[in-house]
Amino acid sequence: MSYGMFAAMRAVFSRELLVFWRRSTEIMTALVFFIMVTTLFPLAIGPERHELMLVAPGVLWVGALLATTLSLNHLFASDYQDGSLEQLLMSPYPLSALVLSKIAAHWVLTGLPLALLSPLLAIQMALPMKAVGTLVGSLLLGTPILSLIGAVPAALTLGVRGGGVLVSLLVLPLYTPVLIFGAEAVAASAGQGFASVAHLSLLGAFLALALSFAPWASSAALRVSLD
Amino acid sequence: MKFIHKYGSPKRFYALAGRLVPWFAGITAILLVSGLYLGLYWAPPDYQQGDAYRIMFIHVPNAWMSMMAYTVMAVYAAIGYIWNIRLADILAKVTAPLGASFTLTALVTGSIWGEPMWGTWWVWDARLTSELILFFLYIGYMALQASIDDDRRAAHASAILAIVGVVNIPIIHYSVYWWHTLHQSASISLTSQPKIYATMLIPLVVMSLAFTFFYFTMLCVRARTEILWRERHTDWVRKLLEAKS
Repeated sequence: MSYGMFAAMRAVFSRELLVFWRRSTEIMTALVFFIMVTTLFPLAIGPERHELMLVAPGVLWVGALLATTLSLNHLFASDYQDGSLEQLLMSPYPLSALVLSKIAAHWVLTGLPLALLSPLLAIQMALPMKAVGTLVGSLLLGTPILSLIGAVPAALTLGVRGGGVLVSLLVLPLYTPVLIFGAEAVAASAGQGFASVAHLSLLGAFLALALSFAPWASSAALRVSLD
Repeated sequence: MKFIHKYGSPKRFYALAGRLVPWFAGITAILLVSGLYLGLYWAPPDYQQGDAYRIMFIHVPNAWMSMMAYTVMAVYAAIGYIWNIRLADILAKVTAPLGASFTLTALVTGSIWGEPMWGTWWVWDARLTSELILFFLYIGYMALQASIDDDRRAAHASAILAIVGVVNIPIIHYSVYWWHTLHQSASISLTSQPKIYATMLIPLVVMSLAFTFFYFTMLCVRARTEILWRERHTDWVRKLLEAKS
């Protein structure tokens, strides 16, 4: 049975990757959005390197947050429309495990590219070289939390009027701790505060918490939405 | 359990709440008047803040109530979700706007208090910031309720959101506190408040009780309206309306 469950989780994961790969423009939109938002800030603030460096951790993290929020709609919406989500609910395996592998696929396609792309944008934002490693690390730890927490509102707003904007409204307050510690970790290693290890450990703690709580909550949410 | 079954039906609760409203309203009025008298007249002026601190007697009870209301809302919502009790769904739904208004009052009075103390209307103080995020959480809950037409699905979906929110509130709260201590600015901070004296504590307690009873009063009033609306097609509501007209 447990072997079957892992096989099912793997099947869901690879199906997600395949489906998203076929519709690769959707992944690209979130990434391009991330690049564009961070490009807007130098235009608004001015090209002064020192000023850019001060706001860089915040700007990069807020950009990553908004890009993830935008991509949350893809998590369940298309499966909800074509009915494959109902099939998932009827499968004999625990729904939370299957949801977890959907979330994992979502992260691989949005959070991971975002983290890998961030050094480029860090150079653009004049972030000191020594902080780039922390930026990538904090995004690698932080974006899975964003995907995990975001799955709950994404499941709750399925088929609801004005779902897209509603998701951002529901999820952004819940994202504040991740934003605080993620941006703080980067700022710390850029030399504006304390050591970044404490912030990264807290992000790790949040990740552990979200990993154990979010799949369960979002599968409950899916059951309510497809009732 | 027998009690829950007896008063858990919206019809019974409608009658019970109707009988309770005048009592709760009376207690609220007495507590509010005596609290205001104690706070505005009886309590001595603060040696640092003069009379400006007296807004505390509105601000602090509202801030307490804003957090209490969210917790209570999440408990109602969880009861409604787990045991499928419609009355709990109704109570959770009508608590949300009340909690949001407590939060808004706390924010506005906090900013008014901040003007003479900090010299500016808004400071990114830890307490004000976490109140603001709490306000956003209430708005999200209400928006989700409003955008789902089916009562039962709306109740269950927002129940999950409320439970996720209530788990997150302590995390958000302490994150904001940590964030604030890292960015301790040069402005005057009220974090190291002197110990509060009995002459100030008594009005504060009275005002807190007044707002608690205000919440009970409004809860009953709003729940009655919501029950009437949801049960508008049932016989007992129709009879009630015929008797009234």
